Amino acid sequence: MSKKSMRHQEGDPNTTGHSWDGIEEFDNPMPRWWLWSFYACIAFAAVYSVLYPAWPLIHGATPGLLGASTRADVAVEIQEFADRNGPIRQKLVDAELAQIPNDPELSGYARNAGAAVFRTWCAQCHGSGAAGVQASGYPNLLDDDWLWGGSMEAIHTTISHGIRNTTDDDARQSEMPRFGVDDMLDKTQIADVVQYVRQISGQEHDAALATAGATVFADNCAACHGDDGKGNRDLGAPNLTDAIWLYGGDVADLTHTVTYSRAGVMPNWNTRLSEADIRAVTTYVHGLGGGE
Amino acid sequence: MWDYFKLIALALITLLAAIAANYARDPAYMVNALTVMLAAGGVFLWSVRRVGEPKAATPQNEYFDGVVRAGVIATSLWGVVGFLVGVIIAFQLAFPVLNWEWAQGFTNFGRLRPLHTSAVIFAFGGNALIATSFYVVQRTSAARLWGGNLGWFVFWGYQLFIVLAATGYVLGATQSKEYAEPEWYVDWWLTIVWLSYLAVFLGTIIKRREPHIYVANWFYLGFIITVAMLHVFNNLSIPVSIFGSKSVQVFSGVQDAMVQWWYGHNAVGFFLTAGFLGMMYYFVPKQAERPVYSYKLSIIHFWALIFLYIWAGPHHLHYTALPDWAATLGMVFSIMLWMPSWGGMINGLMTLSGAWDKLRTDPVIRMMVVSIGFYGMSTFEGPMMSIKAVNSLSHYTDWTIGHVHSGALGWNGMITFGALYYMTPKLWNRAGLYSLKLVSWHFWLATIGIVLYASAMWVSGIMEGLMWREVDSNGFLVNAFADTVVAKHPMLVVRGIGGLMFLTGGIIMCYNLWMTVRAQPEQASDNAFVPAE
Repeated sequence: MSKKSMRHQEGDPNTTGHSWDGIEEFDNPMPRWWLWSFYACIAFAAVYSVLYPAWPLIHGATPGLLGASTRADVAVEIQEFADRNGPIRQKLVDAELAQIPNDPELSGYARNAGAAVFRTWCAQCHGSGAAGVQASGYPNLLDDDWLWGGSMEAIHTTISHGIRNTTDDDARQSEMPRFGVDDMLDKTQIADVVQYVRQISGQEHDAALATAGATVFADNCAACHGDDGKGNRDLGAPNLTDAIWLYGGDVADLTHTVTYSRAGVMPNWNTRLSEADIRAVTTYVHGLGGGE
Repeated sequence: MWDYFKLIALALITLLAAIAANYARDPAYMVNALTVMLAAGGVFLWSVRRVGEPKAATPQNEYFDGVVRAGVIATSLWGVVGFLVGVIIAFQLAFPVLNWEWAQGFTNFGRLRPLHTSAVIFAFGGNALIATSFYVVQRTSAARLWGGNLGWFVFWGYQLFIVLAATGYVLGATQSKEYAEPEWYVDWWLTIVWLSYLAVFLGTIIKRREPHIYVANWFYLGFIITVAMLHVFNNLSIPVSIFGSKSVQVFSGVQDAMVQWWYGHNAVGFFLTAGFLGMMYYFVPKQAERPVYSYKLSIIHFWALIFLYIWAGPHHLHYTALPDWAATLGMVFSIMLWMPSWGGMINGLMTLSGAWDKLRTDPVIRMMVVSIGFYGMSTFEGPMMSIKAVNSLSHYTDWTIGHVHSGALGWNGMITFGALYYMTPKLWNRAGLYSLKLVSWHFWLATIGIVLYASAMWVSGIMEGLMWREVDSNGFLVNAFADTVVAKHPMLVVRGIGGLMFLTGGIIMCYNLWMTVRAQPEQASDNAFVPAE
């Protein structure tokens, strides 16, 4: 049985004379441009490997005529920025915290540096625009509603030591009781106090239940959130009379909060960031709009 | 005698697998052991029922095409599975909500990503390579496949490897080495299957009835031998327990990284380049019905490619703990690799000179031409991205993903589709394909899909790289990582759409091949061999 062989045409070059399953091969030379490009690549490789570290020897490798080293390059670059920013960083550490925003040179630098620190370390929770994640417990840092205080000092402490973590003895601590789970309040009382909280925050509410809830609030909540419900920064107790909610302000969310409690955690950054970086990001957060 | 020995071995494997499943320390290991038990037990029962049956004589003057037919079916099906998982994870990246909460730990991106890469490279690509190499080596050697049923062992053994690896990924067994994720016992099994594959292929070449070995077989053989070596070295590990899937790598630190990318790069170089060049060297001249452009070019570019590829791995580790000297060598060897890679493109495209008219009438040739075009493009892009300065921008970005996919979808995918369209009518003795129009649909869907995919990833990758490195005058980063993710969203959606088009094309191909076998009239067999003059 014969196989259909290849089509041959007028002017075809010679083949090599072999045929495999009907496949033949022309005896064409390699294209010149291909060959010379190949040589050029080899020449480039040879020259490059003489100029740069390349050939492994028994101890180490040929260093290359240019003395290039990526590690040395990075070290130089890091040193360059360290030298350039060194004086102002020292100034930042030495300055009175509260005075930093008033010093145009210092605050200009600190906001830039702080923004970079924020994007690297803080954006994961607070968002790259610092708007937090509403209703998920990551506070918005753009407003003037502060849990633990919005002065330079207060923000600096929060960032340095964190909140409710177990890694820093000076972390900010407070604990809301689990009123429902631990049977401190029954379901009716919780429903009442939720309506009361909705009343003082200016939301739609059941007036009768809210009246009953006022007593519950005074007996159980006012110690931390204040008689007027405006919160207490020493305890990180949020203001309940405004429209800003860390975990949501509707009936279901509030009921969940009272029943199970909430306790957001923030790491302490004093072991990971330098004092200059902490001060920089403090200035940045302070300058986002709500600084006091 | 041999039959009884086989039965005893199968019974033992079934028993041992059952014991292993009983003592299993993790779910992946248990499911894998049960799979092995069922597979070995099934073959045992099947063999027992056939003991004493007279064996049909194998026609020694005919090609062994049963295993190739099975390979064509496996390639098509695994292809669709692999593309589908790819589309799913593409949309998971664009819309994270698709990492369904109820399926966490099974179908989230991290579990499905290796499933996608292994399904397309090893299940789709690997089956395509095994099937076409068996098809090509028989015909260009004018000899029946060596080793009798060993060919079937290679096929089914390889499918078992795929199933073990895939279920392992979803259940959390992984070595965490890219493209070498399967755990130790799956690696051992693949080693056995692969050495059998080598034996079958080499045996056929040795008993060939042609005076010379055809160029396609050089590439196939280079691929099989090198992959065996790479697989063994990159998977040197010590199991924590023989009843658990976890193992510990023998190498550590930068040595481990270097071995991994020596393997990883040459998985691309030998699996996806050399092997598929073997495919191209047979199917392109066949489909074009024209002689290969230049024998000289083929021999020079073959040896240059084989010699240079193996050194280029360090370019995957630029600007890491890898010493500068290794990075330099990785880069210059990659640059020298450019022309040897292009030798294959020239030989493929120039083979069509004198047959360019076929592009108008034959969508299969069109597929092959686009395939070679993408091959040329990605083998230029590769050396370019290996240059340290370029790499400092492109590394870790979507550009790499775009590069890989222009090669994988464009080159590997399209040349495989072309080979499947060529082989199917011949393997089932059909007059021709069911519908050339559907091939055209497949061609355009796949081509436009690839263009959308690759260009979306180029834009997104370069943007991402520029955003990552952007610093202000004080040396501070300008963008948060999340900013780059937000900026990439439109491109991630376009990429998913491109993938969806490619998948649709693959499904159309399966339908077309199925109908070719079902609906086309049968014709006289063409599988007796004729040695050349």
